[in-house]
Amino acid sequence: MTSPRFALLTAAAMALVLTGTGAGAAKEDKKKESPAVKAARDFNKDPYPSTYKPYPGRVTVITGATVFDGTGKRIDKGVVLVRDGKVTAVAGSLADLDVPADAVRIDGTGKYVTPGIIDAHSHLGNYPSPGVEAHSDGNEMTDPTTPNVWAEHSVWPQDPGFSRAMANGGVTALMVLPGSGNLMGGRGVVLKNVPSRTVQGMKFPAAPYSLKMACGENPKRVYGSKGRAPSTRMGNFAVNRETWIKASEYRAKRAAGKLETRDLEMETLAGVLDGEILIQNHCYRADEMALVLDMAREFGYKVATFHHAVESYKIGDLLKEADTCSAIWADWWGFKMESYDGIPENAGLLYKAGACVVIHSDDAGGIQRLPQEAAKAQGDARRIGIDVPDAEVIRWLTLNPAKAIGVDKLTGSLEAGKAADLVLWNGNPLSVYSRPEKVWIDGALLFDSSDRKRRAVSDFELGQPGEGDVK
Amino acid sequence: MSARKMALALAALLGTAATPALAQTVAITGGKVVIGDGSDPIEGGTVLVQDGKVVAAGKGIAVPAGVKTVDASGKWVTPGLVVAVTDLGLFDVDAVDDSNDGDASKSPFSAALDLSAAINPDAQHIKVSRAGGVTRAAVAPLGTGSIFGGQGAVIDLGADPQAVTAPRAFQYVDLGEAGARRAGGSRAASYVMLHNALGEAKELAASPMAARRDDVLLSRRDAQALGAVVSGKQPLYVRVERAADIRMVLGLRTEYPALRLVIVGASEGWMVAGELARAGVPVLATPLTDLPESFEQLGSTQSNVGRMKAAGVKVALGAFFDQPRYAPQYAGNLVALTRVPGASGLTWGQAFAAISSGPAEAIGMGDKFGSLRAGRAGDVVLWDGDPLELTSGVVKVYIDGIEQPLDNHQTRLRDRYNTPNQGSLPRAYDW
Repeated sequence: MTSPRFALLTAAAMALVLTGTGAGAAKEDKKKESPAVKAARDFNKDPYPSTYKPYPGRVTVITGATVFDGTGKRIDKGVVLVRDGKVTAVAGSLADLDVPADAVRIDGTGKYVTPGIIDAHSHLGNYPSPGVEAHSDGNEMTDPTTPNVWAEHSVWPQDPGFSRAMANGGVTALMVLPGSGNLMGGRGVVLKNVPSRTVQGMKFPAAPYSLKMACGENPKRVYGSKGRAPSTRMGNFAVNRETWIKASEYRAKRAAGKLETRDLEMETLAGVLDGEILIQNHCYRADEMALVLDMAREFGYKVATFHHAVESYKIGDLLKEADTCSAIWADWWGFKMESYDGIPENAGLLYKAGACVVIHSDDAGGIQRLPQEAAKAQGDARRIGIDVPDAEVIRWLTLNPAKAIGVDKLTGSLEAGKAADLVLWNGNPLSVYSRPEKVWIDGALLFDSSDRKRRAVSDFELGQPGEGDVK
Repeated sequence: MSARKMALALAALLGTAATPALAQTVAITGGKVVIGDGSDPIEGGTVLVQDGKVVAAGKGIAVPAGVKTVDASGKWVTPGLVVAVTDLGLFDVDAVDDSNDGDASKSPFSAALDLSAAINPDAQHIKVSRAGGVTRAAVAPLGTGSIFGGQGAVIDLGADPQAVTAPRAFQYVDLGEAGARRAGGSRAASYVMLHNALGEAKELAASPMAARRDDVLLSRRDAQALGAVVSGKQPLYVRVERAADIRMVLGLRTEYPALRLVIVGASEGWMVAGELARAGVPVLATPLTDLPESFEQLGSTQSNVGRMKAAGVKVALGAFFDQPRYAPQYAGNLVALTRVPGASGLTWGQAFAAISSGPAEAIGMGDKFGSLRAGRAGDVVLWDGDPLELTSGVVKVYIDGIEQPLDNHQTRLRDRYNTPNQGSLPRAYDW
C-alpha cells in the first residue's frame, strides 16, 4: 500500500503519477482507447483547487519565550525566526542567526510560543453559526454511503466560528469533516484558518483529501429508522464491505482500461485504496475499532485516525501497531450509549502505550480551548502516575493532528522550512489563564490581541450587535 | 425486589452506617482556604466543621480537643461547587431515552411536574460530578408541551438516598426561541400563554374550593403549582438570551409585583446590564458563549459575565448543559479574560464565587451552602492545586461534613486498564 506521505504531492502531480502507474496493461491498449475510457481515468483530481496565497508578512524574530516546538521539544528562552512565510530557525540564542535590521523584534519574555493549533475534527463552515436549519450542511443523510459528497461544497466561509477559533484558540489549520450519520460520509477538507470570500481561498494547498467514515450507533440509527440497511452494527459492516468490494472491482477495471463512465463515489474510494485519500473514522468503542482495523486490512487501506475513540485506552497496543491516531476529547462521556466507557485518562493511557494522541474538538466552542482540553488530560494522566511533559502535550495539538490529517510535512511543528504557522501566548497555553496574544499563518500576522483591527469580523457579523467586539 | 429498590435499600444501609454524628465533625488544617464569597484565598487556614456545618474558616481558628483533624498542607480547601440549572440526575445516558427523564413532552401536565421524583442519587453522572467537586445542584428543566419546564429541585450530591435538599424549589419557564416554538410559534404566543397561566393560577389561589370557569386552559394541578409563583412563594426562573427578551421579563413585575425572578442564559445580558442591576434580579449566565449560535444570541461575547458583574448585576455561572464538573474551567476562563486587552472578566475570587456562593445565592440558599462562612453546610472540597486550573484535581469531598466516596464507573475502568497487559485470565476477572 502507498504511504500516506505520498498524498502530500500536489494533486496535479498526483494525477500524473497515478495516470502513469495506474495501469501498465492499459498502456498497450492506448491506441484503441475510447474517449470515454480516457475521461474516466484521466479526470481532474483537483477541480476546486486552492487559491490560497499567504498574506504579506514581515521578517519576525521572537526572543526570550518558552518555545514548545510541536515535536515534543521545549526550549527555554528560545528564539524563533520567521522569514518569507517559513520558520527559518528555532534556537537557544540569537547568536549565528542572520536577522535583518528591519525585522520585527518581539520580546517574548514570560510568554510562550507554539506551532499553530490544529483541529483534526471540525464542523466549522458546514454546521456554522447561527445554527439554524438552513445552515445544517454536514450530513447528507439520504444514503448510508455518500463518498461522492465533499465537505468543502458545504463550507460557509463566513462562519463566525473561524475567527473565534483563531482569537481564543490559536487555531491555524483544521479539517472540516462531514458528519457521522452515514457509514461513508464524504470527503473532508483541510483548511488554513484564514478569512476568505471562498472556500478555495481557505483550502490548505497540497493537503490530501480524507474520507469520513462512521461506525456504531449513528448510521444504524439513521437508516434503521428509515426501515433500510444498516439497522445493526453487523449491517454497518456488511454495507461497508459490499461497498469496498465494488470499489476494488472499480479499481481493477480502471487498471485494465475498461472504465467507460466516471463515478464520483468510486473515485473517492479508489483514491483511498490508492493511498491518496486518508481515512478519518468516527468510532467510539474499542471492539468496533478492532473490527474496523481488520476491515482495512481486508481491503488494503489504512485508517489514519479514529475520531472520538472514547475507548481507545482499551486497545492502545492495537492502535500503536496499526499506526492509527486517536483524535479524542479530554473527558466527554456518558451522552450516548457508546460513550459510556469514556474516561478522562484516555489520552494518558494511550500515551503510555506509545500510541498517537490527538486532542480534537468536534465543537465550535471546544475548538477555542483545545490546549485546555489537553491540559485536563495531562492532569488526569499525572494523577495515575503517567507524567506527560508540557512539550509532549503540545504535540497532541500540533504535530500529531497534522499527521492525522496528512499535513505534517508542511506544518504542525516549528522546524526550519515548515510553514510559519505559530502562536505567541501570554502565558503557558496549558494554563486556563492563558490566551493567544498573536497568531501568524504562513508568517502573516492575522490576530493581535492588542490591535483591535487585527481581528477578523465575518460578513455575517457586520452591523450586528457587538460587531468587532472582543468575543 | 427490583434492582433499583435493592440499590436504594443498600444505599440506605450504607448511608446510616456511614453517618454517625462524629463523622460530621472535622477540622481541615494547613490548606489554602477559599471562603467562596469573593475574598482572596487564605494561606495556612483552618476549616472547622461540626455536626455537619461550618463553624469557622480562616486563620487562627482553635480546633477543639478530640476533633478529627485532616492535614491539608499544600492543598486548596474550598466550598463545594454549586451548579444551578443542570440536568444532572435526570438521566443515565442522555441519548438513551429509556434512561432519560428529562423529556415529559407527552405529559398532560407542565408547571405541576415535580422533578424531585425523577432524581436518581445513584446515577453515575452524580458520582462523577461529585468526584469533580460538585456538591449541590439546582436541577431543571423538563421538556414539556408548554413554556413551563416544571418545578425544579435543589439536590446535594452525597452518597446517600436523601438527594433532594429542596423539592419544588422554583418554577422554570422558557420565554425565548425555544419557548416560542412550544407556545405555538411566536413570542407573542408565549406571553399570552404566560399571562393566561398566571391569571388562572391567581383565580384558583383566590378561591381554591370554587368551581373553575369552563374555559380554563390549565389543568387544576398546573394552575395550583403556579399559584406559588404568582404569590412569590416560589421563584420563577426564566430562560431568555436576547436583550429585548430580558427587558420583557423585567417588565413582568409591573403586573405581578410579587414575582421572584431569576434570569437564566442571558447571552446578551451585557446589553441590558444596567437594567438588570437596577432590578436586582439574579442572573445565571451561560459562561463563554461567544458565537451567534442563534438569532437571539447575536451579541454573545465571553465578556458578558464580566461586564454584567462590573455593572453590579448579581451574576453567577450556570445553565451549561454539559458536565457540571466543568464549572472551574469556565470560571478560570473568566479570569483569563482579565489579561486580554478590551475584554472583561472576573478576579479569581469573583470567579470562584460565581460557581459557589453566587449560584447558591441566586437560588436563594446562600445562607445554607455555597461558602465556608459560619453556619453553612459542611460541603468542603480539597484540591491538589488551584481549583480553577486545568491540571488540578479533587482529593477529598465532604458533604454536610461527611467524607464522600469518589469512585465511580470511570475510576473503576481507569484502574482496570492502568495495569500491565492481562495475565492468564481476561481483564474481566480484574476487579
